Amino acid sequence: MPEKFDVIVVGAGLSGLSAAYTMVNKGLNVIVIERGDYPGAKNVMGGVLYRQPTSEVFPEFWKEAPVERPVIEQDMWLLSDASAVKAGHRSEAWAREPYNAFTVLRGKFDAWLGQKVADAGALIVPGTTVVDLLRDGRGRVIGVRTNRPDGDLLANIVILADGAVSLLSEKIELHTRWKPNQLALAVKEILAPPGKSDERAKIIEERFGLAPGEGLTIEMYGALTKGMVGTAFLYTNKDTLSFGVGALLSDYAEFKQNPHALLQIAKQHPALAPLFAGCEVREYAAHLIPEGGYDAIPPLFADGVMVVGDAAQLCNGLHREGSNLAVTSGKLAGETAIEAHNKGDFFGKTLSAYAAKLNDTFVIKDLRKYRRASQHMEKNRQFFTSYPAMLNNMATEFFTVDSVPKREKQWKIFKMAGNKLKIAADLWGLFKVVK
Amino acid sequence: MSIDTEKIRAGIEKELYVNKYNVDEHQSHLRVKDPEVCNKCEDKPCTYLCPAGVYVWESGQLTVQYSGCLECGSCRFACPHDNLEWGYPRGGFGMVLKMG
Repeated sequence: MPEKFDVIVVGAGLSGLSAAYTMVNKGLNVIVIERGDYPGAKNVMGGVLYRQPTSEVFPEFWKEAPVERPVIEQDMWLLSDASAVKAGHRSEAWAREPYNAFTVLRGKFDAWLGQKVADAGALIVPGTTVVDLLRDGRGRVIGVRTNRPDGDLLANIVILADGAVSLLSEKIELHTRWKPNQLALAVKEILAPPGKSDERAKIIEERFGLAPGEGLTIEMYGALTKGMVGTAFLYTNKDTLSFGVGALLSDYAEFKQNPHALLQIAKQHPALAPLFAGCEVREYAAHLIPEGGYDAIPPLFADGVMVVGDAAQLCNGLHREGSNLAVTSGKLAGETAIEAHNKGDFFGKTLSAYAAKLNDTFVIKDLRKYRRASQHMEKNRQFFTSYPAMLNNMATEFFTVDSVPKREKQWKIFKMAGNKLKIAADLWGLFKVVK
Repeated sequence: MSIDTEKIRAGIEKELYVNKYNVDEHQSHLRVKDPEVCNKCEDKPCTYLCPAGVYVWESGQLTVQYSGCLECGSCRFACPHDNLEWGYPRGGFGMVLKMG
């Protein structure tokens, strides 16, 4: 007879571990099954972790957790082939408690988080892949099948936190296979400046104008994605940099682009190359990011099962938020499982409380607000191509001192904008999508 | 538009050396369902959009160099003919990220 738990969580990422921690703290018997050698071994994000939503589950986590740097500056660059228009915000208030966000490396952070959840009483089983879900005659999920011999496990509830690909929720037909335009493919390098750890940290602080221990993030739009709908990002870690580029999976196919080649070319952009001088690659990773938005969210529950995090397409690409949606959904699924446990009823009707709770949070509210954003960007590629280029041309003209009287210069810049009605219509269209 | 997959693969191959893998010598987690479908596939997007250069079109057939797979799943969703049997490596095998 297979062993039985109150809850089986599939996947030791942010959503799965948040669910597990919430449940073991209320005394539930929880097992977390992770296919990697340890929690974090398969987990990839940019990555920015937000303090407030994360501390709702793990209070004051930053005091013990291996976070990289608090983010004190967030920049946005619009790039042409050889230049950049930059904007951003910096505040020293973000260098202190309560903090806003941290850069993290999930390989390290999730390993720590997994240990914390294990210490709280969850059984964490790494190196084990869940290959199928077990269901009773009426389709209710009653457990999982792992790749181990005699690897069946039973539970009242299974929480699917198996990430963006989520083979398991597809298997029980909560959703059909994601379309290539509902996913973005991002690749990332961990880049290390020369020297020992403290020397590298100092180089990073000098290059980015940071005080010791402080960090920044840069999101980049324009030439780096070569016409594809996508972004590039650069985040400062303790003694390394995370640099990545991502675009809709459908666009790589259509534009015949390879993500690795794209990343190598991006690193050579004149606005970036000096920041990477002397750096060597320490790790190279790839990850799919759910971009389907509100309309792609699958049913979040069925009899005996709930879906959380990336597996439920809970990702806000426009604001590069994902970790916070993962943590919050995991927490709410955990709370719902506790209620179900107390009631002794694990059918969909009881678990529907999870979806109802999530509806009341920023997670669903934001995704609903931006429900048309991804498709709008796909149909309006000028935001990634001609507009960044135009803004760079205008800025070049504006800042060039060449004895042309200012009135003439302003007229010249005005004319660079081309069709003003088209721009007005595009801006209005964008406003309607994000309002 | 053409794409120089050989040059790209050479770059990727060098890059994958920095990663740690626990390669499953006994079985591939990626499998082509019907080689004939690949033969007829016009674009073969897997041969250029895979970030790890796993898929190589050589002498009329698709080879799957699964040992360098980054387990992102892109090929599964991008294959226009749903011709890949895609799974995760067996528990404990595949890439082992130290930083992630």
